[in-house]
Amino acid sequence: MLDAEAPEPLVEVADLRMHFPIHAGVFRRRVGAVRAVDGVSFTIARGETLGLVGESGCGKSTVGRALLRLCEPTAGRVVIDGDDVTALDPGRLRAKRPAMQMVFQDPQASLNPRMTLKQIIAEPLNVHTDWDADRKLARVRELMEAVGLDRRFVNRFPHEFSGGQRQRVGIARALALNPRFVVCDEPIAALDVSIQAQVVNLLEDLQDRMGLTYLFISHDLSMVRHIADRVAVMYLGRIAELSPRDALFARPLHPYAEALLSAVPRADPRRAAGRRRIVLAGDVPSAARMPPGCNFSTRCPRAFDRCRTEAPRLAQAEPGRHVACHLFDPQKPAAG
Amino acid sequence: MQQVGDIGGTRPILEVRRLKTVFNLGSAEVHAVNDVSFHVRRGELLGVVGESGSGKSVTMMSLVGLLASPPGEVRGGQVLLDGTDLLPLSPRALSDIRGARIGFVFQDPMTSLNPVLTVGDQLAEPLIRHRGMNRRRAAARAVELLEMVGIPDARARMSGYPHQFSGGMRQRVMIAIALACEPDVLIADEPTTALDVTIQAQIIDLMQALRRKLGMAVIWITHDLGVVAEIADRVMVMYGGQVVEEAPVRDLFEAPRHPYTRALLRTVPALDGARAHRLNTIDGQPPILFEAPGACSFRHRCSQADARCACANPACCKVAPARDAADDPGTGHFVACHHVPAPPGAPATPVAVDA
Repeated sequence: MLDAEAPEPLVEVADLRMHFPIHAGVFRRRVGAVRAVDGVSFTIARGETLGLVGESGCGKSTVGRALLRLCEPTAGRVVIDGDDVTALDPGRLRAKRPAMQMVFQDPQASLNPRMTLKQIIAEPLNVHTDWDADRKLARVRELMEAVGLDRRFVNRFPHEFSGGQRQRVGIARALALNPRFVVCDEPIAALDVSIQAQVVNLLEDLQDRMGLTYLFISHDLSMVRHIADRVAVMYLGRIAELSPRDALFARPLHPYAEALLSAVPRADPRRAAGRRRIVLAGDVPSAARMPPGCNFSTRCPRAFDRCRTEAPRLAQAEPGRHVACHLFDPQKPAAG
Repeated sequence: MQQVGDIGGTRPILEVRRLKTVFNLGSAEVHAVNDVSFHVRRGELLGVVGESGSGKSVTMMSLVGLLASPPGEVRGGQVLLDGTDLLPLSPRALSDIRGARIGFVFQDPMTSLNPVLTVGDQLAEPLIRHRGMNRRRAAARAVELLEMVGIPDARARMSGYPHQFSGGMRQRVMIAIALACEPDVLIADEPTTALDVTIQAQIIDLMQALRRKLGMAVIWITHDLGVVAEIADRVMVMYGGQVVEEAPVRDLFEAPRHPYTRALLRTVPALDGARAHRLNTIDGQPPILFEAPGACSFRHRCSQADARCACANPACCKVAPARDAADDPGTGHFVACHHVPAPPGAPATPVAVDA
């Protein structure tokens, strides 16, 4: 298991795979598969925030959904707080749901426009508790206060609120059942810069107060650097590098992580002028036609022969740092 | 930094004076653009920063009659392209200028390209329309353009449809179309926002190379302060439909003066250096302007706001000479804030006055 040094993981993911079949022809025969997630393993300790970063189509959102079994993974094991989520029958999965919740990207799309805030936030309570109306209303008010919404707004509709406030509603709903593990799937991507900081501060406050464990999925590397304890960088369905935050941002090891970090524009014109930026050539290959060997070999500036034939495995390169790259494979020293 | 030629000395190719745009919603009016003035010179890249609703896109759409009307309505101002005011022009005359002298690149190439026309046809169209080329010559030029923006195997991709291109490639096609007639001014509205950072880096490099090669003026709208820091010569910050600060790029990032700009720069977490324990925030929401601003529109979110801010809308005045670029009446550090006085001795000139 990875990260054996972490004392007591709340979430353990082993070799998670999520393949979407491609059907074609008159008989809709299966002709291939989009390997959206292709063998992903990691752990998240209690109270920890794991950042999951990567570009669009790399499979990071699919990982989040498969973890909560919002889609059925093709293979792999996901243990959350002692239960293998992938093996639970529908009844026991339902009983498990309160412990694991999700905050979605677009609060415009994930809140029902015809429901009031009270109905939206109380919905998980309707499903999972047999509380009476008074108790539910009290809980809704408590949650609204916890996320910084005025409790007098319980009977208002989502459209009466700004994007940042709507995201607070989404967070209140996710917290209604006192979850232990929350997947935040691009929770700030749809918000303005000045509002993003408000929501991130709220997520951090709630984590401190409620002892939450987060999987924070984002393409915003500077925000991930702020909130995450460790960061997994995904490329084309696989984890390229999994490292503690400070180590990754100070010195990324995997060539893709290095290129990704160097591509982020810095709000500092003086340094931007002299900075060396690695501009990767070409586009991300399709997950339906993965290149043989390392999936990054088609764009990697440091690729050598072995990369085009043999897929590297995610291995510990330095204490606490895991890299899937032949350059860092301790067992077979790279020839390049 | 990346300045091309003698920017300080040339006269602006595009100059906008006191532009006003209003959306008429029947029961209410929204004053989206209020007395916005700016200019851009040949070879210069002007970055325009602001949050959604700050009026940055509406300003640019107003310049060339791209605003749906109704509800949009340009209420006043001048848009001088090389000395000629565009606002009184007929729709037909404006359409001759769009594409030929002012090119546009939009945020989402999927919605701005026509899905049922081949890329080659869409590239040839402005050449036939504005340059009077025949099909054969236009097609040959289209191949050159695709090669210029770095699309491999350009001749074969001419017969492809937009959906057959990746996001980054589509944005390259959009840029090729915008540059087809070698416009004097290119307006790029969040051209890389829908793209991944590694693709964004490619597009930024491409735009810088093309700007150097063709010597055109570029107006680059974005909400990403990092992008602006990398590419702009000058930066204009918009808030509540007004220009609140404008300065050469280094002056703006190293010595921001307006409370909004300062707060905005503080909210963005850094990618290197010390990591803040807690993010700085700007409390509250951006305003919706149901009337022309009679007071500072940032006052509800500003820590320095006082009685003066609530009774008068500050004019955008030059408060300091440019430190990082050649200083002249049109270049320098301009701020619209009662709390940023012009230094003694320096004349406080509103931007709107002839540069």
